[in-house]
Amino acid sequence: MTALWTHLHDNPLTWLTLTLVVYQAAHWLWRRAGMMPLLNPVLLSIAALSAILTVAGVDYARYFSGAQFIHFLLGPATVALAIPLYKQLNRLRQSALALLVGLLAGSVAAILASLGLGWLLGASHQTIMSLAPKSVTSPIAMGIADQIGGLPSLTAVLVILTGITGAVGGGWLMDRLRITDERARGVAMGTAAHGIGTARALQMGEVTGAFSGLAMGLNGLATALLTPILVRWLMQ
Amino acid sequence: MSILGSITVLLACQLAGETIAKLFALPVPGPVIGMALLFVALVLRRGLPAELDKSAGFLLSHLSLLFIPAGTGVVVHAQLIAAEWLPISTALLLGTAITIAVTGLTMAALLKLRRGAKS
Repeated sequence: MTALWTHLHDNPLTWLTLTLVVYQAAHWLWRRAGMMPLLNPVLLSIAALSAILTVAGVDYARYFSGAQFIHFLLGPATVALAIPLYKQLNRLRQSALALLVGLLAGSVAAILASLGLGWLLGASHQTIMSLAPKSVTSPIAMGIADQIGGLPSLTAVLVILTGITGAVGGGWLMDRLRITDERARGVAMGTAAHGIGTARALQMGEVTGAFSGLAMGLNGLATALLTPILVRWLMQ
Repeated sequence: MSILGSITVLLACQLAGETIAKLFALPVPGPVIGMALLFVALVLRRGLPAELDKSAGFLLSHLSLLFIPAGTGVVVHAQLIAAEWLPISTALLLGTAITIAVTGLTMAALLKLRRGAKS
């Protein structure tokens, strides 16, 4: 029995398979619960895997020796975001100016709010830098965090929590602020809450979803360019 | 273009992006430059190969799976998050609300302005 456990523990395939099984189980549960935002499959999977690793006494490096094969796909997936962006080229042209100004304002607001609130409430330098890119999709956010002195793995968790926050409260907040234009609602969701916000926006409607997906891609680019500049400027 | 071809295109764009980022010491992650390169290539080409669309669609439909290995790294940082829960939770809730409000209000105002100018 011990020999079997040792074999399973040492084999990276165990951790790769476990990740896939846990994710699909979480996805199934989330769909069964009517896609309840709080049962977000990413959040559930991470909670379940963390619990399993802690209880079984498996360290993260061992787990990652198998899970890294999934992690590797983040790179090509980021490149693939060019395709939904390209498909929206015509819509993009029609309201390009309003979209770009709104997106840039939101992008700067997201970065400054993270840096400012983190600093005001006494977070460590590393935590503040991990918070800064939390509104954009995680492959991009993790790259930015790595570059400005944050922790990419901490950023990945913060990105997911930000997405859930936006998906749960975004519609409510925009109703209160009387933001009724579907395009503006979509861009706000995608800018603030990346893919998880876009999934919610798609439920609100086709136009809202399309603009959210577009904003998510563009804000990834804007945040990657603006964060290092804003951080350097504020550090002076 | 085959599935193998589409995967090669995606990886080649990433490699080109990472090389450009390294060569010019750019403050942008390599895969993001790869995304911009592919976008420009598609605009110049004026068309999206069906197989590339399919492969990218498969990859993006499972996008959330891809951040689980890194997200599970939270086990390493559990104590850090517990120690700094106040700034972290405030930045999450208030920061996200501010971003939604600023983006939505700015864009809605500009769209209204343009409609006003037209009529």
